[in-house]
Amino acid sequence: MPSQQSEPPDNRLARLRGPKPPQPYTARKITALTANPACARRAVLDAAGVDKALLAQQVGYEPRFGQSPFALAREQAFHGHVKWGSYAELIRLLREQLSVPVAEAHVTDLNEVGGNTALHLRERETRRLIAHVASGQDVRLILDRPLLTLEVAGQTAYLEPDALTHRIGGKFHVVLIRSFAAIDGQANPTAVAETAKQAAVYVLALHRAFETAGLPAEQISHEFLLVCPKDFSNRPYGRLIDLRQELDALQFQLSRLRRAEDLAAQLPETATLDTARSADEISSSIEALDASYTPSCLSFCEMARYCRDEADECASPARLGSGVRNDLPGIDSTRTALDYLDGVAAPGEAEAEAADLLRAAARLRRLRRGAA
Amino acid sequence: MSVLSTVATLTASRTGRAEPLTTVRHQHLDEKPFVLVPLTLAGEACAPLAALAGTDPEHPTLLTVRQPRNRAERFRFAERLAALLLAYIDGCRTETEPYTVGRGKEKEERLRCRRAPQLLVPNGEGISYVRLLGRLTRLRATEGPYAVDQSVPTLGKWLTWFADLAEFPDSGVLLAMTRLLAANWATGQSSSEDSHLASLLAWIDPPEGSDGARAAREAEDPAVWPPAGPSTDPVFDRTLHELMTRYDEASDGRGREAVGRQIDRELSGQMLPTWRLMWRGVELLRELPEGAHVPGRWALDRRWFSEYAEYLEADGRPQARRDQAVRAARRLARLEDAVTRYEAQRAYDDPLVMAEYELTGEAFTGTVTARDGDRFIPGERPGSQVWRPTITLRTGTDVRVDLAVGTEVKSPARPGQEARILEVRREDDGGHAVVLQLKGGFARKRTPPAPPGTLAEAGEELTYTTLNPTAMPSALPDEENTPWTHGGPPQSYEPTDEDAEETWE
Ligand code: SF4
Repeated sequence: MPSQQSEPPDNRLARLRGPKPPQPYTARKITALTANPACARRAVLDAAGVDKALLAQQVGYEPRFGQSPFALAREQAFHGHVKWGSYAELIRLLREQLSVPVAEAHVTDLNEVGGNTALHLRERETRRLIAHVASGQDVRLILDRPLLTLEVAGQTAYLEPDALTHRIGGKFHVVLIRSFAAIDGQANPTAVAETAKQAAVYVLALHRAFETAGLPAEQISHEFLLVCPKDFSNRPYGRLIDLRQELDALQFQLSRLRRAEDLAAQLPETATLDTARSADEISSSIEALDASYTPSCLSFCEMARYCRDEADECASPARLGSGVRNDLPGIDSTRTALDYLDGVAAPGEAEAEAADLLRAAARLRRLRRGAA
Repeated sequence: MSVLSTVATLTASRTGRAEPLTTVRHQHLDEKPFVLVPLTLAGEACAPLAALAGTDPEHPTLLTVRQPRNRAERFRFAERLAALLLAYIDGCRTETEPYTVGRGKEKEERLRCRRAPQLLVPNGEGISYVRLLGRLTRLRATEGPYAVDQSVPTLGKWLTWFADLAEFPDSGVLLAMTRLLAANWATGQSSSEDSHLASLLAWIDPPEGSDGARAAREAEDPAVWPPAGPSTDPVFDRTLHELMTRYDEASDGRGREAVGRQIDRELSGQMLPTWRLMWRGVELLRELPEGAHVPGRWALDRRWFSEYAEYLEADGRPQARRDQAVRAARRLARLEDAVTRYEAQRAYDDPLVMAEYELTGEAFTGTVTARDGDRFIPGERPGSQVWRPTITLRTGTDVRVDLAVGTEVKSPARPGQEARILEVRREDDGGHAVVLQLKGGFARKRTPPAPPGTLAEAGEELTYTTLNPTAMPSALPDEENTPWTHGGPPQSYEPTDEDAEETWE
């Protein structure tokens, strides 16, 4: 994971974050961002590189995420296994899946450039190598941890495909190594979908690198190679997965994200997201950023329990899930909906239809419960 | 999600208590279910770590794996689980009863067990666990390298059988407690939060002096309410990791045993709260009366059970790694039929479920205002007359009737009687008058008068719907006659040595 991030051109975001070094954008963060594109709060927190877990903790909500030491050990062991012996296993999979003789594949480690791990150096070296390979000067090449960039909500995100790109049959492939198992050729669909979304982020970043270098984008494959353990063993298994749908969706969502700086500019001058400041100060700044909580936030965002309480307080229908929200079109609070049910408030014209249906349902509930 | 459940959710969010979604229970709940609360090691595909299991709420059996990386220990776990579960399964086979299948010439008498096993797990992931553990164990070899005990593959085949049936909504052999409870109650939280057993039960059964909303939040704290598994709490994993390291490094047998016992205690502590919640859930569900179609569906489960037990004795080959194409297609078709039938049966058994269809206009309720019990219409043969009485139903002013003239409908009050809408009239007050022509369901009589009770009386309130719980399943060609385009006749599965092979490290 990159240890630093380029300073935002406008220092507003950096000032909001305070003196702590910024947390990098990761593919996971970007996919989470596009999972809830309406959330200005998250957009600003991520763009400013705020440590959301720490932030949540500071305002009294310890996030319930964390990795088990067992899971960590397993992941490391599997990564090690795939890369062991000059990538023997990976090369085997590439040969199986892409049916090309890659026995003599040449590997370049981009974790550092001549002992230097600075992001911009690694990025430059990655670009240089890609150009080198793309022009056909080197046919088969594995790049270990290349560094790519992508524009997200007006910020430059530095990204490392945790694996490698490779040129085979004239095409570059992104490779992702994951430690969830594929049992009889089938892995957990949710995990695969999430990985595919992240792969799309890398492929998009690769496109960007090609564009800047004036290279033909046709050389980028719209498939990525997923490597995961086979069955109950530690043996790597690989499969190519088509990304066209994910790429379209991601491109669309990224284009819709509002610029984080514009969102941040709406905050009062005194606002701060510095985790070292008092809980009150931070809270009021967080509150000033519009959130858009849905129950799925609980699975990917460190701020979720904070936002959930806030959503409860204002009785937002979305906190109860999309089913309830869809049944209350135009009604922005469950309290209002209940008032319509009780007949203590009259719905407006836009809400009348939904309110009528709710009343009919409530009447039937009363009748049929009694009938039992 | 229907608008009715939305109303229930809204109400619950106001009162802080779960609201009923049903008036009856739609799943069989056995007198002696087998409860399984499993835990797995994080990061691995189904590395069993521990389980509480059994049929006695007061005395669960504790199974633990003190070093899950050790393959032999994993299979010892499977062996111990097999000892419990296979004994339970055998116990279900002691008594049988006769039943008939087919009609006419194809009629056949067969025997089925009076009981079938019922496996209850805390949540949906528990069902996936059963499937994975089944896959892990059913293909193992009992001879040669890495041989396992005989009982291990047998356990695997049964677990796979459970998991395969769990996909069918009309089967009750493997059920997840969170799904069972959420089918009967709406809480004031989202469905993803409902998949957390402790917080779901907090809404349904809040502790004295608290309300569901508050108790549900408290139940989310893994330090107080450990997760219902099979995934463990990462914070707990740190403790466990430390203990397991000490276990591995113990210098002598005594020291190791001491750490081992501590591991057992810790694991048991993680599972006991869930074990208790499981049985509390069972109690709450038992308080609900059973739906009318439930015994019929359970009889079908008992039949599948008897047939599988016989198959295992006669043949015993394990389920294939993957369903072959034809079989997968047939399974999908069966699944679709089962879903439709189950939905219809639920509505027939439960006015609160039927209300969902009333709301969408697929069902309506009205009071009988008139009937014509002596009506005849021309039959198919020239000059013939057939007896087709009519009744007229008057609906309330706010009832929606979306069914067209000519639609075939049925009423849960007389499911054997076919009805057809002859006329729908909108009345001045906004209500509807619906004229229905009736056929059959007159105790085999073909001429008036209708035997008492077979023809609705004036003043009777009736619900009619397009749902049909006895709709015939769609016909599929025999496996042998399935076109080759669909993969051709299925080859029965032959286990290979490769299946039994696993790379372990
Ligand atoms: S939890 Fe809050 S900050 Fe995070 S995505 Fe959801 S609404 Fe936005």
